[in-house]
Amino acid sequence: MKDDERRTPRTMPLQSATFSNPINAEIRRAAATGIYDIRGGGAKRRVPHFDDLLFLGASVSRYPLEGYREKCDTSVTLGTRFAKKPIKLDIPITIAGMSFGALSAQAKEALGRGASEAGTSTTTGDGGMTAEERGHSKTLVYQYLPSRYGMNPDDLRRADAIEIVVGQGAKPGGGGMLLGQKISDRVAEMRTLPKGIDQRSACRHPDWTGPDDLEIKILELREITGWQVPIYVKVGGTRPYYDVALAVKAGADVVVLDGMQGGTAATQDVFIENVGLPTLACLRPAVRALQDLGVHREVQLIVSGGIRTGADVAKALALGADAVSIGTAAMIALGDNDPKYEDEYNALGTTAGAYDDWHEGRDPAGITTQDPELAARLDPVEAGRRLRNYLKVMTLEAQTIARACGHNHLHNLEPEDLCALTMEAAAMAQIPLAGTDWYPGKPGAGY
Amino acid sequence: MCGIVGLFLKDKSLEPQLGAMLTDMLITMTDRGPDSAGIAIYGAGQGGRAKMTVQSAQPDNDFATLAEDLSAVLGTSASVRAVDTHAVIDLPADKAESARAALAELRPGLRVMSDGERIEIFKEVGLPKDVAARFSLSAMSGSHGIGHTRMATESAVTTQGAHPFSTGADQCLVHNGSLSNHNSLRRKLRAAGMRIESENDTEVGAAYLSWRMREGATLGEALESSIDDLDGFFTFVVGTKDGFGVVRDPIACKPAVMAETDQYVAFGSEYRALVNLPGIDSARVWEPEPATVYFWSH
Amino acid sequence: MQTIDLATQPLRELNATLQSQAAQTNATEWEVLNPRGAHAIAVGLDAPIDVTVRGSTGYYCGGMNKQANIHVTGSAGPGVAENMMSGTVVIDGDASQYAGATGRGGLLVIKGNASSRCGISMKGIDIVVQGNIGHMSAFMGQAGNLVVCGDAGDALGDSLYEARLFVRGSVKSLGADCIEKEMRSEHLEILRDLLARAGVDAQPEEFRRYGSARKLYNFDIDNAAAY
Repeated sequence: MKDDERRTPRTMPLQSATFSNPINAEIRRAAATGIYDIRGGGAKRRVPHFDDLLFLGASVSRYPLEGYREKCDTSVTLGTRFAKKPIKLDIPITIAGMSFGALSAQAKEALGRGASEAGTSTTTGDGGMTAEERGHSKTLVYQYLPSRYGMNPDDLRRADAIEIVVGQGAKPGGGGMLLGQKISDRVAEMRTLPKGIDQRSACRHPDWTGPDDLEIKILELREITGWQVPIYVKVGGTRPYYDVALAVKAGADVVVLDGMQGGTAATQDVFIENVGLPTLACLRPAVRALQDLGVHREVQLIVSGGIRTGADVAKALALGADAVSIGTAAMIALGDNDPKYEDEYNALGTTAGAYDDWHEGRDPAGITTQDPELAARLDPVEAGRRLRNYLKVMTLEAQTIARACGHNHLHNLEPEDLCALTMEAAAMAQIPLAGTDWYPGKPGAGY
Repeated sequence: MCGIVGLFLKDKSLEPQLGAMLTDMLITMTDRGPDSAGIAIYGAGQGGRAKMTVQSAQPDNDFATLAEDLSAVLGTSASVRAVDTHAVIDLPADKAESARAALAELRPGLRVMSDGERIEIFKEVGLPKDVAARFSLSAMSGSHGIGHTRMATESAVTTQGAHPFSTGADQCLVHNGSLSNHNSLRRKLRAAGMRIESENDTEVGAAYLSWRMREGATLGEALESSIDDLDGFFTFVVGTKDGFGVVRDPIACKPAVMAETDQYVAFGSEYRALVNLPGIDSARVWEPEPATVYFWSH
Repeated sequence: MQTIDLATQPLRELNATLQSQAAQTNATEWEVLNPRGAHAIAVGLDAPIDVTVRGSTGYYCGGMNKQANIHVTGSAGPGVAENMMSGTVVIDGDASQYAGATGRGGLLVIKGNASSRCGISMKGIDIVVQGNIGHMSAFMGQAGNLVVCGDAGDALGDSLYEARLFVRGSVKSLGADCIEKEMRSEHLEILRDLLARAGVDAQPEEFRRYGSARKLYNFDIDNAAAY
């Protein structure tokens, strides 16, 4: 008799946890194309995050502020250390650097409109400053990057602040490669590149290396701009204690610290998922560096990488940041990855919410593209209003939490307002595990 | 991340001014390294005798009866010259190694900075001008010397982390840059019996050169092989009993400028450090090439 | 001739004074004394004035210059004329690394040697070096002309985009994607003009031209070793 006639039980087909379907698909894709996967969207793996922290509201031992009556201030001033003209923002949520080139002109305009209406700043990105962007952003931070695309002293002096980009959370230590599809005539001209070629980005600045040189570079930028505007230094999260301390020693007014969930486009997937620190793990060492140097709150700290809600804002501030920055969240507010374009996402082999090929320039939402027809889908006025609404909601959410913790300013949130849900988050944020007064690594706790 | 200065005198008549010249160069490099400063100076030596520079956090207690205590243990005559937090112990050369062991017993808080026939090292936390004043660096004389101002990168701002580092008799090294394979190299060198006391990357660079020389390499050969074996960014200036060397990594991002006249060879991280040297306007001024060893000796 | 002495006047005063000169200024000739290797001398200028720096400078002398003619009688430290837009910077002595980095216009003349990374990421600037240049020069150069009357070091023109490189002497090695190219009449004209403007006594015919092989313009796995 044959086996099946005996009805012998069979093993279930079992997928390997190591060679999972997504891994196998990536092996097949690499074998077929010969190029590593390039994408945006930041780390997709789950890492300990602000979700793993909870606030301890007030009750008897502490008293909350009355939600809709008692004031809870949200303003922040950036660049108080050396700049003659620090930046005053109504809310501690800024828009991260995203270039014209990576984004359509309509998307850049929408970011400027939404941020200005909400009382905050936008940031240029790799590729220079456009007139539209300067025109629509009340407060504009000009990025100074290794590529120096479009860099010129006139735009430098038109900026409200300068951000020297040393690294990004998605790829600390790496340069990038923007494939040729998005190098349109205008983008090519701004970057002094031939149209349609891959743009290779250097990982180090062309004319300085290390903090001792950076100090001299900052001096030059201040001399060119008359010591008027703040100078930020942006680093990817890797060794935040040392990197923040060295940025301070080199003379930064503001340090921007970008964790691994930061959504920089045109980055190798292997880099995004395997290099850098989760945003949550960056904060305490960074703040400790500022405290050790006696400049916490004098040199402001902006944290970015995976900020989505007012709760995230409140948690970042409670851990010691002065402000946060959003990129991916702002794009989603504008309309990126909207399910209304599901058919078109399917045609691109993906689905709404998972689309991360921002560098390919075929974004159905008209945001990460230079295709005139696609870009025309985005109404900058309406998208700007969506961004403004979203920023206002995040602010209201953060205020709600701060009031519940008894604070009349978001900046008065403290680590002691928090508890941690997991051992990992407790260890990384140095916040006691919920219901205890202990976290792993706490001095004197034994282990 | 730092400022480096170095001066190798060819003209003996300048030797009494070595300390003054180096101190001026050192202070000029304050911007590059405000955290700590140090200098290695090669003064007069005496055949058969060794000088051991030690540092203490409690110099008054530690140095008071050090000469007597050490002489008693070693069964020889050792003398002690205290200079602020440092002291220079003079003793027979063949007692240097046993003196280290004796000091560890007698004065566990002492740190040995250097030993050798001619080298003395002085380094402390603080602004270069303050460090120079504490040790009266400008009054020192010698044939060559190396100075360093430090902006600490990943290790602590402590005396121990300050440069120069000495890991062999009469040898010292200062560094601008950051080594990226120092952790594994430290483990390897320690396994080979090298004494490495800090977590500082530069000390590993110094110990690497000492190790190569212990294995029979000349300083020139050790510097040549450092180009292959050390990973990261470095400009090194090194001193030996009668020599002075410079090497930069193949990428050579960290700045370096040199000047040579009939009277001296000078090194600075920036030209600013050299501007007060005699005859600088007519000196040969150049940048050391990447991955190229430069060496002078008496 | 108006004089600013850095031995007695601070850098901020020097730059603020020079930066405030308008296009129609009468004070067109300036002299800077005692630079002594100081950084960021005469940066961010934007007027057709002549500035003579008597001595040697530190980092970023003439940085982001527009319109001004800056003359350094000594040597220049790292990043001289970085991101220059227009105007002229002339160095009588040597220049350290990154000379003319990311420059977008204007003319940089170095009468001595230039160190490594001369013309790195150049974006339209013209650079004439009478002596030799160091390694990684014109790395990722995008546009403009680099003229070298002496020899070039290792990895000349690595990852070059569209900058033109002219070398009279030897080239120690070419960088990835950089090749020798035919010197045509239009290149000889460009070169003749640059040599004349730089005041160099050399014949265009003595030079060889190097440029991008354009093999890295669009990714190909068979060129992966060049990345």
